[in-house]
Amino acid sequence: MSLLSTPPRVITVGAGLLDEALRAQAVQTVPVSWRPPLPGTAEALAKVLADPRRQAANELAVSRLTSARPYLVGVRRASEVLEAGTFLHAGPPITWERASGPMRGALIGAMLLEGRAGDEHDAARRLAAGEIALRPCHEHAAVGPMAGVVSPSMWLFEIRDDEHGGTAYCSLNEGLGKVLRYGAYGPEVLERLRWMDAVLGPALKATLERTGPLDLRSLIAQALQMGDELHNRNRAATSLLLRELAPAVVEAVPGHAAEVLRFINGNDHFFLNLAMAAAKVGTDAARDVPGSSLVVAMARNGTDFGVQVSGLGGRWFTGPAGVPDGLYLGTYGPDDANPDIGDSTITETSGLGGFAMAASPAIVRFVGGEVSDAVRATRSMYEITLAEHPAYQIPGLGFRGTPVGIDVTLVARTGLLPVVNTGIAGRVPGTGQVGAGLVKPPVEAFTAALLSLAEQAS
Amino acid sequence: MSSDAVLVRKGTYHDSVALMRISRALTEMSGVEVAMVAMATELNLGILRDLGFTVPAADPGDLLIAVRAHDTRAAVEEADRRLTAGRHPEGAPADQPADQPPLTTRSAARTGADLVLVSTPGEYAFAEAQDAIQAGLPVMIFSDGVPAAQERRLKELAEAQDVLVMGPDCGTALIGGVGLGFANVLGPGPVGVVAASGTGAQQVTCLLDWAGTGVSHVLGVGGRDLSAEVGGLSTLRALRMLDEDPATELILLISKPPSPEVARTVQDSVARLRTPVLLALLPEIDLTEAAERTLRALGRPVPEWPSWPAWSGKQSRAKTIKGVYSGGTLSAEAALIAGRAGSRGGDFVDYGDDAYTRGRAHPMIDPTLRVEALSRAHESDLVLMDVVLGHGADPDPAASLAHAVARTPATVVIALIGTEGDPQDLHRQAAAFREAGAAVFTSNAQAARHARSLV
Repeated sequence: MSLLSTPPRVITVGAGLLDEALRAQAVQTVPVSWRPPLPGTAEALAKVLADPRRQAANELAVSRLTSARPYLVGVRRASEVLEAGTFLHAGPPITWERASGPMRGALIGAMLLEGRAGDEHDAARRLAAGEIALRPCHEHAAVGPMAGVVSPSMWLFEIRDDEHGGTAYCSLNEGLGKVLRYGAYGPEVLERLRWMDAVLGPALKATLERTGPLDLRSLIAQALQMGDELHNRNRAATSLLLRELAPAVVEAVPGHAAEVLRFINGNDHFFLNLAMAAAKVGTDAARDVPGSSLVVAMARNGTDFGVQVSGLGGRWFTGPAGVPDGLYLGTYGPDDANPDIGDSTITETSGLGGFAMAASPAIVRFVGGEVSDAVRATRSMYEITLAEHPAYQIPGLGFRGTPVGIDVTLVARTGLLPVVNTGIAGRVPGTGQVGAGLVKPPVEAFTAALLSLAEQAS
Repeated sequence: MSSDAVLVRKGTYHDSVALMRISRALTEMSGVEVAMVAMATELNLGILRDLGFTVPAADPGDLLIAVRAHDTRAAVEEADRRLTAGRHPEGAPADQPADQPPLTTRSAARTGADLVLVSTPGEYAFAEAQDAIQAGLPVMIFSDGVPAAQERRLKELAEAQDVLVMGPDCGTALIGGVGLGFANVLGPGPVGVVAASGTGAQQVTCLLDWAGTGVSHVLGVGGRDLSAEVGGLSTLRALRMLDEDPATELILLISKPPSPEVARTVQDSVARLRTPVLLALLPEIDLTEAAERTLRALGRPVPEWPSWPAWSGKQSRAKTIKGVYSGGTLSAEAALIAGRAGSRGGDFVDYGDDAYTRGRAHPMIDPTLRVEALSRAHESDLVLMDVVLGHGADPDPAASLAHAVARTPATVVIALIGTEGDPQDLHRQAAAFREAGAAVFTSNAQAARHARSLV
């Protein structure tokens, strides 16, 4: 009963006058900068917050998320895991009719790569006719950057969670500029994909058979301390990966070693796809805990921004994807930008990317700001997350763990939306990347999830 | 020539006390006749209508700025300046732009604290209080309008976490010499108070203070704690805490009569305590009697409770008593005593009730509604009212109320609840009300008896 034996230090929330009355008595206070919750959420919040399952459910879900131990265990051709006649894509489910430019471009490219169409018009016609089943990556234990299109002759990283046993897949990163994931499908794009199928994929498969599983949690933790946030900046992580792989690449595929190493070295984002799959095994481990209000996926298909919540199964809650705010390449500008696209927001969902911005001062200019803006972004995310990551730490914040585990009730209470770092795809199919920056998720995706949680709360 | 301006700022929230202060500052600008900056609740829209403004369409979540002035633009600009100035809480130094002020109790609790004081509008209090309990911190819920089921849930959670929940609708507490909410300046002493009535506790402790007897702690539990629905969970915990507190020699429990089932539990619990417990169950005894019994139990003399007869000595022509109160228990006590005179007892309104505080500051801070009530009173009325001093209350209630007392044709009797240590200066307040024509008592029961004798 120490309450009665010490002069209290008081957290005050609400009327400022009562805080002042305490300070007039020389009492130390911590005033909460309180505002009413998002419009229309008060009733649902009261129900969800009073759900007796919620606290324990969230503790379980977020501990599963942060205790995941992702290992890169193999590289496999997508045809081994993909159902015939199916392509995967990023974000919540989408049809050809509603697909944006870069999504259509990537699907056309995949049709051409797979030899299922003679030219781009033929490809578009066949896709419109529904010859291919379009399925979200997320529903097949996968994540895809940008358009996220996966077709049978692409290769996938296979990541296993050593703690909870889950598996996740992600494609191999093609590099920058004119690439399929940004909706480009010209000859050089297809040529590179064919080389990846014939050379890179088999080489990495052979390499991993020599190295054995690679501890991605450890690589990510190191990269954060070397200035990456693992979404828009993966330079340190890619370098670390290259060090781990190089000797085995030389031994496994001596004839192709130079081109393989040169390809990885020439692409600072090579590690991004591994970071995404590593994030995916963690967030999947946190799925399906009844009563939990933890966000387990945020993903965009270029048209809709969707979220999934642990206590709500595989349901998507969506709102329109926004156009990112950022810096543009060359002569491109905001008019060339497609709305937000890609599964890479899985990094934010697991406490990386925008949430770890304070670890990555080198990228703040992408988002048009100062280092203090990056620090502010990360600090603000502690307001809407349930935990601090035990392994992913930020040196500049005194090695505080990154904010992890977005809670829809905290989003509704604070009105703060997740900070998302992203690339920007060209609006017109075939364009490729036009820039990179920050994007705001649509608030209705979170409020819709909250209302649904309220319906399920007893 | 003055004109009206009414603006609606969509979805902009400020707490009602901050808004009342801005309204007051605008009113003091030269050329401003009326200024009201308030959330667009039904009550506030009604007041605006009564003031003759054209009322726009607005939701309770919107902010209203209404001014009648020679230069409405200057007044609105001043309102906006003050509204944005209040955006940045003091304590967040400007040279540390990267600092994130806590937006919820949950994140504030990470900074380390001993106690949480929640005073958000009642419909939002549950989230903040639950954060506190889950962080293992005791919480005082000043907010009213919290549903009983939520109160029960919070107190059950608190049982599991072994922390005290004071409230909801807990107006006052004193812990380790620190006053929380509406809090009189009280000296240290042997009496520990557990109170299901905020103003009840204030009345009793102020009288004890006058008699030279201090308190160890005052733990409020909320007016519903001893109901069957809530089950007295906080009362039982508060009793145990005071029993273990070495500074507490006598425990005084102030409450309305509990439900019979809860009463048995409380009695069982009291029987097991080492510290003697005095039960002051209202209205079996009045608050002044409770203070007197406490003094007797401690073997201390009972003094005369100070009062100041009306300055003018004018003959009362009042026929009806109108209670214009800010404290619920004080209002009920006064109604009961003055009402004993049968038909001469009149209408009592507790302006501290939920119905009047939604989207408005408490009447202990904001005098507007009670000033209006005084202006509506007739010569044949006797207005019986409380004025409560202490931290958190109006820094100078006489400044706004004494003028209204002087202007009303009614006879006015005031129960002045405060101590000589309170920042408002008890004697100066008493003198101002007396000069305005009121009779002033430090005992609410005596004020009510005096009122009854005048009609």
